[in-house]
Amino acid sequence: MASANRDNVIRATGRLRLDRPRRCAIIPVMITELGHFALILACLVAVLQATIPLIGAHKRWPGWMAVAEPAATAQFLLTAAAFAALTYAFVISDFSVRLVVLNSHTDKPMLYKVTGVWGNHEGSMLLWVLIVALFGAAVAWFGANLPPTLKARVLAVQAMVGVAFFLFILLTSNPFLRMAVPPFNGQDLNPLLQDPGLAFHPPFLYLGYVGLSMTFSFAVAALIEGRVDAAWGRWVRPWTLTAWIFLTIGIALGSWWAYYELGWGGFWFWDPVENASFMPWLIAAALLHSAIVVEKREALKSWTILLAIIAFGFSMVGAFITRSGVLTSVHAFATDPERGVFLLGILAIFMIGALTLFAVRAGAMQAKGVFSMVSRESVLVLNNILLAVSAFVVFVGTIWPLVAEMAFDRKLSVGEPFFNAAFTPFMIGLGLILPVGAMLPWKRAKLGRIVRPLVPAFILAVAIGALAWAVQSGRSALGPMGLFLAAWLVMGAGIDLWSRTGRGQGRLARLARLPGADWGKAVAHAGFGVTIAGVAAMMAWELEDIRVMHEGDTVDIAGYTLRLDTVEDLEGPNYLSTMANFTLMREGRVLGTMHPEKRVYPVAQMPTTEAALNNGFLRDIYIAVGDPQDGGGWAVRSYYKPLANWIWGGSILMALGGFLSLSDRRFRVAAGARKLPQGVPAE
Amino acid sequence: MKRLLLVLCLLAAPALGVQPDEILDDPVLEERARDISSGLRCLVCRNESIDDSNAELARDLRLLVRERLVAGDSNEEAVSYIVDRYGEYVLLKPKTTGANLLLWLAGPIMFGAGLIMGGVYLRRRAIAPEPETARLSKEEESRLRDILRD
Repeated sequence: MASANRDNVIRATGRLRLDRPRRCAIIPVMITELGHFALILACLVAVLQATIPLIGAHKRWPGWMAVAEPAATAQFLLTAAAFAALTYAFVISDFSVRLVVLNSHTDKPMLYKVTGVWGNHEGSMLLWVLIVALFGAAVAWFGANLPPTLKARVLAVQAMVGVAFFLFILLTSNPFLRMAVPPFNGQDLNPLLQDPGLAFHPPFLYLGYVGLSMTFSFAVAALIEGRVDAAWGRWVRPWTLTAWIFLTIGIALGSWWAYYELGWGGFWFWDPVENASFMPWLIAAALLHSAIVVEKREALKSWTILLAIIAFGFSMVGAFITRSGVLTSVHAFATDPERGVFLLGILAIFMIGALTLFAVRAGAMQAKGVFSMVSRESVLVLNNILLAVSAFVVFVGTIWPLVAEMAFDRKLSVGEPFFNAAFTPFMIGLGLILPVGAMLPWKRAKLGRIVRPLVPAFILAVAIGALAWAVQSGRSALGPMGLFLAAWLVMGAGIDLWSRTGRGQGRLARLARLPGADWGKAVAHAGFGVTIAGVAAMMAWELEDIRVMHEGDTVDIAGYTLRLDTVEDLEGPNYLSTMANFTLMREGRVLGTMHPEKRVYPVAQMPTTEAALNNGFLRDIYIAVGDPQDGGGWAVRSYYKPLANWIWGGSILMALGGFLSLSDRRFRVAAGARKLPQGVPAE
Repeated sequence: MKRLLLVLCLLAAPALGVQPDEILDDPVLEERARDISSGLRCLVCRNESIDDSNAELARDLRLLVRERLVAGDSNEEAVSYIVDRYGEYVLLKPKTTGANLLLWLAGPIMFGAGLIMGGVYLRRRAIAPEPETARLSKEEESRLRDILRD
């Protein structure tokens, strides 16, 4: 019924826009079918890749194992061809393809025609399998130093993941479906999504989600193989790190988008879909650290394997939450129970399969390293407990409404206040132990010797927190606590780095020459601190002003003055805009102008708010303009957002730290580069 | 119906929440009203508080909260007035009663369990005998050396 309505609407809008005739050509028609065909072939190749190398590895038949590599390449090329075909349909606005009709329009800028490919359920799943295939191919291309049996098994397991999602697309979410009656124009993409921040947020997020399928494949392959050793820890870490970096960027982009686009400057809502991306991030962070213990000390092996399995499990839970509509959320795609059930099936098969294998094989993995209670190993165990439990809290909070309704017949909500109360303590704990843990040596440590260089940093950080406490007088303890932690983490990272330069002359030169992994660790840990400062400051010290303003009115906020000069109507490429022109001043000095807008997208019949921001190192000034008022004037909300940019600045530092560590290890991943000089690997 | 709700929410997406004409003259009361409304869920939206939502119903609820405060209700009374009419569903911070205790205690319990398990593991590693040297084949040994050399 709903879809029949939708088709009527499509036809109606089509008729209204006769001035833009549809392009008719034979080639695009063929290309769409070829794309569909390539996708089916990719699925078949993946079936071969999932079976033959596995048998080959079991029987030690080199020929059969060798199938994995060309198959992985072929699977990737075929999926890329299918993706290119769909992109082509969007670029030329081929309105005989249903997906293009529903998500595109000839008036849309080219950038958003292209990003519209993944701005919908079917296209985004195609992007998902493309990335699954890409990671598989990357192992085939760069994994020359993996033992042949492990490599064959990793690629086979990765192909199993591929098969599941190829079938999901082909059976429930085919992006290449045609319209019986092609309309003359499309239905546009949601104007909220026509924004660079959001357009590039899904690809990064998927690179992260799907990157965790690679660690999953390594874990399952190791279980089949029956051995996990230091070398395995080393092979799996670059993939975990890659996935984690992309998740960090993807989550930060989404949060940044929400901040400037949704109109009141919220940056995190504890929405089920956000949580779905945050849980794998937390688990990946834990995995990143426990894999170091496997690599360095041959301990925590079964725990690391379990984390690798759970991390991808959470990725799939994320896909399920976003697409099944079980937990409704602001950014769920059009939801469909059949798809939900299918995804739940995939999740169940992979998790039950992997966990059964784990139960059977985990006992065989014996820890080798011996270490005392005070050691790097112990702190990393604590790090893992904190990260895993915080992910668990997010998980329970996210699914609790469902559990409460089904098991206890209570309809309830779990929102921001719960997460703020239940999640934050674990992050505080993590921040407290981090600088000490980062400096503890492996195996056996004397706490006193490690703590001594950190004492000044700790005292200074406490002083900064106390100062903030005194200045703010009687507000929540969150702000001072956040600043204290941030200062402690950033200074701790600096001291850690400095302490690695040894003694005597030339420390600065040695500092610059420290391996990428050391820098990566320090930068990422400092970035964590910077993000904490931003979040805490925004939650504790944000100021807001809501009022009706006429042209010429001024408003004072946090020592700044905003004057509304004029309000004008403008026409954009595919929207109508009402723009307010403000002047931002401080103590009579003009700092700049700001132009918040209210837009209406006529095709999508949708209003949006474009807030205006004045970015600063220590604060953002943020204005959103609302509806015209009955008595004249406009509803205007202005905000003072302290340290807002630190939230994303810290995220960028975390991602940069990841890249620095990765660059250190790149030689190891690449074949034939083993002889190159290298530094101390990431810790 | 579900579709209609979705449309309503999408229309409400560029939410601006509290409008100037709603704001109470008494800043203390207004502050309390904001505090309460940021903890109440907009019923027709997805995971938005009535403080952030632009929906009509959210506005009605905001006005109702302010009405109760002006009438002299305490924060708790105003909240329970709303909960009595719209159900527990409106609370973004779930109550700590009955089965919800499980939700609230999930984190602390898991953390305790994690600490105990971690402690036992660490204790065992601390007293474990040094492992025998690796039983790797010659070929594996040289491979490993090759890989680990850095």
